[in-house]
Amino acid sequence: METVFTPFQSLGGGMLIGFAAVLLMAFLGRIMGATGILAGLIQPDSGSEFAWRAALVAGMVTGPLAVLWVTGSMPAVQVPLSVAMLIIGGFLVGIGVTYGSGCTSGHGVCGLARLSPRSAVAVVTFMLTTGVTVFVVRHVLGG
Amino acid sequence: MRLIASYVIGLIFGVGIAVSGMINPAKVLNFFDVAGSWDPSLVFVMGGALVVTWAGYRFVLKRPAPVLGSSFSLPTRRDIDLPLVGGSALFGIGWGIAGFCPGAALPALGTGHPGVWIFMVSLVAGIFAARAIRARTSEPNAVSQN
Repeated sequence: METVFTPFQSLGGGMLIGFAAVLLMAFLGRIMGATGILAGLIQPDSGSEFAWRAALVAGMVTGPLAVLWVTGSMPAVQVPLSVAMLIIGGFLVGIGVTYGSGCTSGHGVCGLARLSPRSAVAVVTFMLTTGVTVFVVRHVLGG
Repeated sequence: MRLIASYVIGLIFGVGIAVSGMINPAKVLNFFDVAGSWDPSLVFVMGGALVVTWAGYRFVLKRPAPVLGSSFSLPTRRDIDLPLVGGSALFGIGWGIAGFCPGAALPALGTGHPGVWIFMVSLVAGIFAARAIRARTSEPNAVSQN
């Protein structure tokens, strides 16, 4: 499935992601990592630790609705995959981010911005395995 | 106040994920498909996010404390261990199969696309499975970000 190259939208969206990460550090002193936020929702240390994460996720979920409200169209979500691939992929992501202590947002944005060596190793590792996986799925298995 | 701030920050993040195209697995997978229908947009997402975060953190972390908290919670570990590398490798394989990462899937829930919900349920199951395995093998370094 072809997608359109969108350098300006992607740069603007990326800057908003970064802006949110900076604001979360400035106001709450926390890393904007989806893994940690999700883990803290599933198994919170305390009620107040649960509450800010729940509010943050509520904000995230309403993001596409805000885009719909302003632009009149819902952002495109195209899933050229089988249900089995979503289930297997989701499960592997869940195991991986738990052991790896982070994902694209925590390691890829916040960790790299802090010049964390652990995050650098994590990002290089997952970018490589994602690239190899996409190659194998699309060009070797022909999915 | 913390809750209002958190909501607004989450909203900015969610709009960023949506506008950037990270919300769309087809676009994410095409970024990695250099040998096929390559779409380099994600370089701009990562670049924009990184530059803003790097510059903002330099400014913010010079302050003694966050505006609505007593201290900054920053990861302190610097060691490279097997769970970090192995976990990140597995995450990449899952990301390459499904096209969603956790930070993109959370905002994507708001679109109501059923595929996102299937992915999310499976993701949470994977987190529980990893915790169950780790509790059994009693690995000492529990949950530590980055």
